[in-house]
Amino acid sequence: MNFQAVRAIYFFEMARFFRTLLQSFVSPVISTSLYFVVFGSVIGSRIQEVEGISYGAFIVPGLIMLSVMTQATSNGSFGIYFPKFIGTIYELLSAPVNYFEILLGYVGAAATKALFIGLVILATAAIFVDLKIMYPFAMILFLVLTCISFSLLGFILGIWARNFEQLQLVPLLVVTPLVFLGGSFYSVSMLPPIWQKITLFNPVVYLVSGFRWSFFGNADVPIFVSLLAISSFTIACIIIVAWIFNTGWRIKQ
Amino acid sequence: MIDSNQKVNDFMLLEVNELRKTYATGFEALKGISLQVNKGEILALLGPNGAGKTSLISTICGITNPSSGSVFIDGYDISKNFRDARKLVGLVPQDITLEPFEKVLNTINFSRGLFGKKKDSALTEKVLTKLSLWDKRDSRIMELSGGMKRRVLIAKALIHEPRLLFLDEPTASVDVELRQSMWDVVADLKKDGVTIILTTHYIEEAEAIADRVGIINKGELLLMEEKASLMQKFGQKILKIELQKRLNQLPKELSEKNIKLSDDGLSLTYIYDTKQKKTGITKLLSNLSDSGINLRDIQTDQSSLEEIFVNLVKEKVE
Repeated sequence: MNFQAVRAIYFFEMARFFRTLLQSFVSPVISTSLYFVVFGSVIGSRIQEVEGISYGAFIVPGLIMLSVMTQATSNGSFGIYFPKFIGTIYELLSAPVNYFEILLGYVGAAATKALFIGLVILATAAIFVDLKIMYPFAMILFLVLTCISFSLLGFILGIWARNFEQLQLVPLLVVTPLVFLGGSFYSVSMLPPIWQKITLFNPVVYLVSGFRWSFFGNADVPIFVSLLAISSFTIACIIIVAWIFNTGWRIKQ
Repeated sequence: MIDSNQKVNDFMLLEVNELRKTYATGFEALKGISLQVNKGEILALLGPNGAGKTSLISTICGITNPSSGSVFIDGYDISKNFRDARKLVGLVPQDITLEPFEKVLNTINFSRGLFGKKKDSALTEKVLTKLSLWDKRDSRIMELSGGMKRRVLIAKALIHEPRLLFLDEPTASVDVELRQSMWDVVADLKKDGVTIILTTHYIEEAEAIADRVGIINKGELLLMEEKASLMQKFGQKILKIELQKRLNQLPKELSEKNIKLSDDGLSLTYIYDTKQKKTGITKLLSNLSDSGINLRDIQTDQSSLEEIFVNLVKEKVE
């Protein structure tokens, strides 16, 4: 195992994060604060409690998930796409590193950034609402698994993308709508019966539900189903990454 | 016990056997190239655009997958023992591919880390100083000139102390002064025992710094020779004779030979092949003496590597 290489990739990527701190950190914090002002205070004050929880507190897990999923996907994709785009990927391909080490470096850094942003949003939320976390370890487990799995998804997208437009396509047109429609701002039980069934095809429902359960002990779907969903998603991403590496798809000619 | 991966020849650093590369488009970039490179030598690979030079380097370095054939670096198979093989190799790519927002020092340390090595401040200073980059160590890449960027690429390739260095068109689009300084760097590396394979369009580059020259065209290695013997083998020589008195026409005994009288009648040129047993020079001088022609000066010129290269590629096309 070439630990030095993993370390080099990881810290090189983290340096990029700190170099663009305004874009990476301040931007999600401001947008989350705006969500709290609009949904929590302005609209939230007119909404009754949801499942016995104030609406402002209810949307916290969903808001964290929204940022974590989009940030992990973006960071994971950009990290590997940028060397492809500017040509520095030659260094990775000609270095004594295997694909697992490359993956560990890039996905590790992307997941760390997303985790950091998730925790900052949690801290920001605590300023606006009275927040208690019922199962902190489960909360961290869900958060970390989500960071890793969506960073893996981002890594796949970064390899797949041939231009910056494609790079933005999936986070904007797939991830964000799925998160919005995945019960981030509402409980699945609030939907009409037919939509309650349809929404179960949205994988994000399971992640938001499980994550919300770790905060309040209430869930739209059983917690083990949520854990199974996030684990399955992570494994599926790993299988795809393994296939990409074995075939050299869009990395090597 | 003999390790199957162990090198069989202590002098050989690189062995390429029947290497073929066909891209997904069907383009056959390498058509069964075989070559061997000894430790400490400088090999120049000459060839026109699209000849397969970069494909050859990319395949050896692991950037593209070979379609068939094998490559051993110091006895290590680049597929089976890719870690051991790649540790020995440094690559300076043809294009300037650097992260524009990174600082020089960071990008150098990143490259060393990729090769599994911890930071070495003394070595970093040595390499950057040698390449006149030490003063620029905290500059961002985008603040550097084109020549400096190219030197950063060389520093990145050298920072893990490779024993085999690939320079893919190292002096493409650089000015004459920088080209000379690059050649000086290459000469220093050779002194340090680094084996160098460079591809180039510039024949004068190969002529100036290479020990051996390989000529590659359309995915085939047309020849591989010691530079000196190549020039001797393929080179024609020109004998130029300056005369003491103007000559209106060539004497009859000289007119049938490969001799030309200049327009001003004050010099003769005789083209001969060094490969021939008899060059005809003695006979020529004897004939001149018999004809009462007095000479002022004699000089010879050897045809350049460029002429050899052009002739060889033309020959193969025909």
